[in-house]
Amino acid sequence: MTEKLRDHHGPWFGDHGGVFMPEPLISAIEELTAAYDALRGDDEFWNEFHRLGREYTGRPSLLTEATRLSELAGGARIFLKREDLNHTGSHKINNVLGQALVAKRLGKTRLIAETGAGQHGVATATAAAYFGFDCTIYMGEVDTERQALNVARMRMLGAEVVSVKTGSRTLKDAINEGLRDWVAHTDTTHYLMGTVAGPHPFPEMVRDFHRQIGEEAREQIQTAAGRLPDAVLACVGGGSNAMGIFHAFLDDADVRLIGLEAAGDGAETEKHALSVGRGTPGLLHGMRTYLLQDENGQTIESHSISAGLDYPGVGPEHSWLNDIGRAEYEPVSDTEAMDAFSALTRKEGIMPAIESAHAIAGALRLGRALGPDAVLLVSLSGRGDKDAATAAKWFGLLDEGEQHVG
Amino acid sequence: MSANTRGKTAAAIEAAGGKALVAYLPVGYPDLETSIEAAVAVADAGFQVLELGIPYSDPAMDGPVIQAATQQVLDRGFSLSEVFQTVEAVTARTDAAVLSMTYWNPVLRYGVDRLAHDFAAAGGAGLITPDLTPENADEWIAAAEKHDLDRIFLAAPSSSDARIDRAVEASRGFVYTVSTMGTTGVRGDMDTAARTLSERIAESSARVGKPIARCVGLGISRPEHVADVLDYAEGAIVGSALVAALRDGGVPAVAAKAAELVTGLHSDPGTLS
Ligand SMILES: Cc1ncc(COP(=O)(O)O)c(C=O)c1O
Repeated sequence: MTEKLRDHHGPWFGDHGGVFMPEPLISAIEELTAAYDALRGDDEFWNEFHRLGREYTGRPSLLTEATRLSELAGGARIFLKREDLNHTGSHKINNVLGQALVAKRLGKTRLIAETGAGQHGVATATAAAYFGFDCTIYMGEVDTERQALNVARMRMLGAEVVSVKTGSRTLKDAINEGLRDWVAHTDTTHYLMGTVAGPHPFPEMVRDFHRQIGEEAREQIQTAAGRLPDAVLACVGGGSNAMGIFHAFLDDADVRLIGLEAAGDGAETEKHALSVGRGTPGLLHGMRTYLLQDENGQTIESHSISAGLDYPGVGPEHSWLNDIGRAEYEPVSDTEAMDAFSALTRKEGIMPAIESAHAIAGALRLGRALGPDAVLLVSLSGRGDKDAATAAKWFGLLDEGEQHVG
Repeated sequence: MSANTRGKTAAAIEAAGGKALVAYLPVGYPDLETSIEAAVAVADAGFQVLELGIPYSDPAMDGPVIQAATQQVLDRGFSLSEVFQTVEAVTARTDAAVLSMTYWNPVLRYGVDRLAHDFAAAGGAGLITPDLTPENADEWIAAAEKHDLDRIFLAAPSSSDARIDRAVEASRGFVYTVSTMGTTGVRGDMDTAARTLSERIAESSARVGKPIARCVGLGISRPEHVADVLDYAEGAIVGSALVAALRDGGVPAVAAKAAELVTGLHSDPGTLS
């Protein structure tokens, strides 16, 4: 009997995954792995997790049909899974609450995390306030500038925000800095990885905390559309919202799973974040996966208007789903994403995060190819408030004097 | 394949009477020529083992001084050929055992066996692999055996006895004894954790029946640290303190810092402070 794709466990996803970490961190990773192995079948833990989802996050999140957006997508029916309506404004809170519960079980008193767009940092700072953890968030200097609103939110919540000035000064360097902090403080501190990347058990554990996105949506869309969708689409940075919504559909062979990677200036340029699309296998942040690297094995800086997708690697389960042909990964440029950002805002009154706008762009493209009979499920992973300044600048909506605000 | 199965690093530590000084310097910093001169100067000052760090874009184990230096090398453009050139030049001019410390992705990209071949051909002793633990190292260990290279794995205060056994079994040359639970950097006081860990490695060495040296790294910046460490280990590894000297005063400064640290070789623990 073949294993169901849904039942696949780490540390390995085909050739990808594993644990490639310095020895000083191995004991903390082993401790976390053992704790998660024990909690996986612990009903009390999952009941508490789902109670928090209902009572704190606002789950289940809605499924909204985007009927006017459909006009721009060849008439295809588009259903939005509304993770933007979650407390703190994105899917990130699902994983954060799960890991905060794990950290509590481990007796840790402090949470540290990396953040790109700031959504994961805000969610972590929120959980720290809620559970009473100390909290330090590492964020690349470039990202603290383009996501200033979220920096303020994290500080309001009581977190220390460290602006990382090394390397490319974006998400990957924030992870390096977070790992350095963790090495020195493993006894008190849990490293709260914000996506399905890093060494085992993070890719699997983070996926499990986001699995509910797809489980809910699979029920909801059968009620709303009377059938499974033709395709499920999600943006892919590290890949957590995508794994979350894909997972329930992995064994539905007729449902296409499409990850949209950020193509930055364009897939034909050298300024992109197409880790699966243009990357090669290698090591980054403790995992083997597709990544952007040069011929010397140095990680190449990624480029995207979206801080949350500006990452030169990808979670190992995505690399595997790509290799076995179960999921497809397509590029969406900055321009396409911003057009989709505008389209969703104007047609539906929903302003998406720029990350999520990449998924919308993918749906518009696919809808035009498939036509009015198609049913598309799209992960709307977050809301766009944090991106108002970037969007206003992109669309030239600010007067000269206001250009420097935010 | 050579009949030498003890390796160059163990031989250098033994020749030093089991009290060796190990220097970390980044390859190509601040430029290729100066980096070679710095390595030669440190060996001439009395360091028996050199550890040439291969610059890497995502060095999760490096502290700020070393990361700033390696970033500068990457920014000006760096390729692994500089490593082989440096190893060749330094081994031609000194008797030091020359290791490289490298994160694993650059090696994977170059090809594990190809790198082992080229490194050995240049006269190198072996590799220290901070993010490659023994369970992921089958391919590397096979290549190291084939090309008679040392492989040095890490042990940390947080490592279980079973993991220490594994590091002892897999290593040749020495076990890299991480003295504090932090990244590399200059620290005022040596950590007693290093002494405990060093003892645990000795117990493991007896348990698995494999004699191996212990070199303590991360945090050593003064002669009294050297004297303290060599009281309970066979080697003291100095990194950030030398790199900072090279950064601030070039080859003369790094030579002076090395000479100062060498005084720790010839003194009893505690007498210098
Ligand atoms: C709203 C939103 N969507 C998507 C992402 C990308 O992360 P992932 O690929 O892990 O879902 C982020 C990351 O910051 C985000 O804030």
